[in-house]
Amino acid sequence: MTGATTPETGAKPKTSRDWDMAAIAPFVALALLLVLGYFANPSFASLANLTNVITRSAFIAIIALGATYVISSGGLDLSVGSMVAFVASLMIMFLNSGAIADPVMLLACAMLLALGMGAACGLANGLITTVGRIEPFIATLGTMGIFRGLTTWLSQGGAITLKDRELQALYRPVYFGSVAGVPIPIVVIFVTAAIAAFVLYRTRYGRHLIAVGSNEDVARYSGISVNRVRTIAYVVQGLCVGVAVLLYVPRLGSTSATTGILWELQAITAVVVGGTALRGGVGRIWGTVCGAFILEIVGNIMLLSNFVSEYLIGAIQGAIIIIAMLVQRSLMRK
Amino acid sequence: MSMDASDPQPLPNSQPLLQASGLSKTFGIVEVLKDIDLSVRAGEVHAIIGENGAGKSTLMKILAGNHQPTRGEMMIDGQKVSFSGPVDAEHHGIVLVHQEILLAPDLTVAQNIFLGRELGRGLTMDDRAMREAAVKAVRDLGADLDPDTIVSRLSIAQRQLVQIARVLLVPHRIVIFDEPTASLTPHETDALIKVIRDIRARGVGVLYISHRLPEVKEIADRVTVLRDGRLVASQNASDLQPSDMARLMVGRDVAKLYPDRQSAEIRETVLEVEGLDVPGYAQGASFRLGKGEILGFAGLIGAGRTELMEGLVGLRPSRGAVRLNGQAVRFSDVHASLKAGVAYLSEDRKGKGLLLSKDLTVNLTLASLGKFVRGLQIDRKREREALDRAIQDFDIRTGTKEILAGQLSGGNQQKLLIAKMMLLDPQVVIIDEPTRGIDIGNKQQIYTFIARLAEEGRSIIVVSSEMPELIGICDRILVMRSGRIVGEVTGERMNENEIVGLATGISAGEAA
Ligand SMILES: Nc1ncnc2c1ncn2[C@@H]1O[C@H](COP(=O)(O)OP(=O)(O)OP(=O)(O)O)[C@@H](O)[C@H]1O
Ligand SMILES: [Mg+2]
Repeated sequence: MTGATTPETGAKPKTSRDWDMAAIAPFVALALLLVLGYFANPSFASLANLTNVITRSAFIAIIALGATYVISSGGLDLSVGSMVAFVASLMIMFLNSGAIADPVMLLACAMLLALGMGAACGLANGLITTVGRIEPFIATLGTMGIFRGLTTWLSQGGAITLKDRELQALYRPVYFGSVAGVPIPIVVIFVTAAIAAFVLYRTRYGRHLIAVGSNEDVARYSGISVNRVRTIAYVVQGLCVGVAVLLYVPRLGSTSATTGILWELQAITAVVVGGTALRGGVGRIWGTVCGAFILEIVGNIMLLSNFVSEYLIGAIQGAIIIIAMLVQRSLMRK
Repeated sequence: MSMDASDPQPLPNSQPLLQASGLSKTFGIVEVLKDIDLSVRAGEVHAIIGENGAGKSTLMKILAGNHQPTRGEMMIDGQKVSFSGPVDAEHHGIVLVHQEILLAPDLTVAQNIFLGRELGRGLTMDDRAMREAAVKAVRDLGADLDPDTIVSRLSIAQRQLVQIARVLLVPHRIVIFDEPTASLTPHETDALIKVIRDIRARGVGVLYISHRLPEVKEIADRVTVLRDGRLVASQNASDLQPSDMARLMVGRDVAKLYPDRQSAEIRETVLEVEGLDVPGYAQGASFRLGKGEILGFAGLIGAGRTELMEGLVGLRPSRGAVRLNGQAVRFSDVHASLKAGVAYLSEDRKGKGLLLSKDLTVNLTLASLGKFVRGLQIDRKREREALDRAIQDFDIRTGTKEILAGQLSGGNQQKLLIAKMMLLDPQVVIIDEPTRGIDIGNKQQIYTFIARLAEEGRSIIVVSSEMPELIGICDRILVMRSGRIVGEVTGERMNENEIVGLATGISAGEAA
């Protein structure tokens, strides 16, 4: 017989507080990585390198924020990578068309177009899965092919490049500029995440989303329009893709049939590493941001150190997913 | 696989099969079981009763290896044991029919019954044998089920029977039933009681939990009462009347279970249903519901009561005319019905009522979040206040408010669900099995509460398998059989014989 004060681990209660352990885990992992990076190569810890790494994680981080919505509603979106390529191509083509004389107006309209197209693509995904009642995996596998194919068609197998020098110069700062010393992409990550967190944690829609993800029947019996909630999650995902495109175009100014390939998997990885459950019902916005940083930092450490060949990056990222899941599992068991 | 107990011990007063002493269980900082001594002898039915949250299920889960006790020990045949898990307990012959339904929803009845213990012939499974055995096992429990039905299509009561059948097929020396009859109608309950008598006669020890005290009186040899995690009495059943049990459970007399209600007067019609078809489940249902009226729906399992209500509120496709306050309405989903002021409380609180892995506040306000929004944000302070009020009003018992809904005891989950729907302030309330798994003291509260709702001018439909409950609180009772409303009982004729007669299709005289 043991004393009353030492309940064995197997019987610890799973109250709402204990979930926080799983929520903290990604941040602990990030901290450990930073330390590891410092020992691997002290120049890793330089401010310049770190800002650089985080800036580069912006695309995946922002897309993964949308993916957090879709996944916590119990869905999945495999089409985001090709959606980036498609929306970015349309945006560049619109800019190249010179439809509006004033370059500033043209740029503003192109940006709105990117957001609108992103939302529209998301809406299509949402309607196919909800109204069309097709498994999200299959539905978005289909739209993934469609967006990719349309991009290839638009580019005729080549590249779509922003031609106008003036526009390029005008748009460049959106990716390469900074606000109060902070690169704009980093600002965008945090602003988007703050909005996403507010909506998910504080608003009625966010609560409904989590309810739908954790038990669709309960949500329906509670008078929640399950289809509407799910569809909106896909639209949010599309909007996030739109935001990522806004940063992507000034950086590279060009798209091709291979733009954004495998981004959907990276986004899902970031979401899962951040502690969001793939089966839905739990969404961790800041965990996702952290997950995206982790992915980028791992790659960076591998480049800077000589322990492991950088050709193994994919393998290491794969291992990270598995380790993250194992850690989550053991934390949940407690 | 046979149902034989491995080692029948016919002597009732021999050494107990199972002897537990000083069992305690702590969850976090809350001690839910304190120093429980309990024994089960061969060939006896030992009933465990107690209020919701008293710790009955927790105790049973310890005995069946689902939980580890924080302190205390267990002995089987005089040998000290400790179980590493439910499978280990099964090896010792202890099986548990859980209070909550744990079946694979996408598998068939037969597949569920034999899940993990499939009968095989060489490399292949012997499907025919399993189907036949499943049919027989379910029929022993008084029901007829197609072994190929997918479990998610069954009602809660039918699932309960499948679950019982499944457990009874494991070789056992001690069977623990945790509220097996909570959703059963008298017909299946009688069959189950017969099954239990049979297994008792084979020298199996039975632990039996129920909130239906007359049933406990009927079947139990010994009764142990828990209150707040302590054992307060353990006596021979012959020395106790149901009223004594109730007193021991709640610590006060429960004299009058049902509230007084003034007799039905002429009431204006609030809800009028005409020729409502729910394809596959109910046909041509017509009825009216008056303002301030409590209308009961009785019937056997599978009579289509739940499905009719679900069709009415837009959870299933339906045809027919529905008028609310004289206006024709058509609810396409629950969102619409709630907006119109018609609330439906599902009988399936785990599957359709509560988000088990979310906390109490989230569950409480889920259906009425609109009332808790200020600007864009949900006002968490108001939510917490609402929870405090609900805990008070509905006497939800829990050691801590920081708990997930799935960790509340069964009865307290039910109270949380009622509280959730009441936040909507509905005009018409449809409650499916309002007191499933609720202890007698709380039943009294819930009945009083329903009566108060009616007095406030709300209209209430109660669907229930518990006839005394329908008779006790309803103004009128409609009886359904195979998807049709076959009769109405009121006033003098409101008695069990009459209802059973209509529900089974045998006239009252024959049924009596
Ligand atoms: N996993 C858990 N974590 C924390 N508390 C728990 C857990 N499981 C049960 N409890 C608490 O233990 C107490 C006893 O619960 P238990 O389910 O044993 O009650 P019960 O007697 O079976 O009630 P009912 O008649 O409602 O089924 C309750 O207060 C419940 O909230
Ligand atoms: Mg219980």
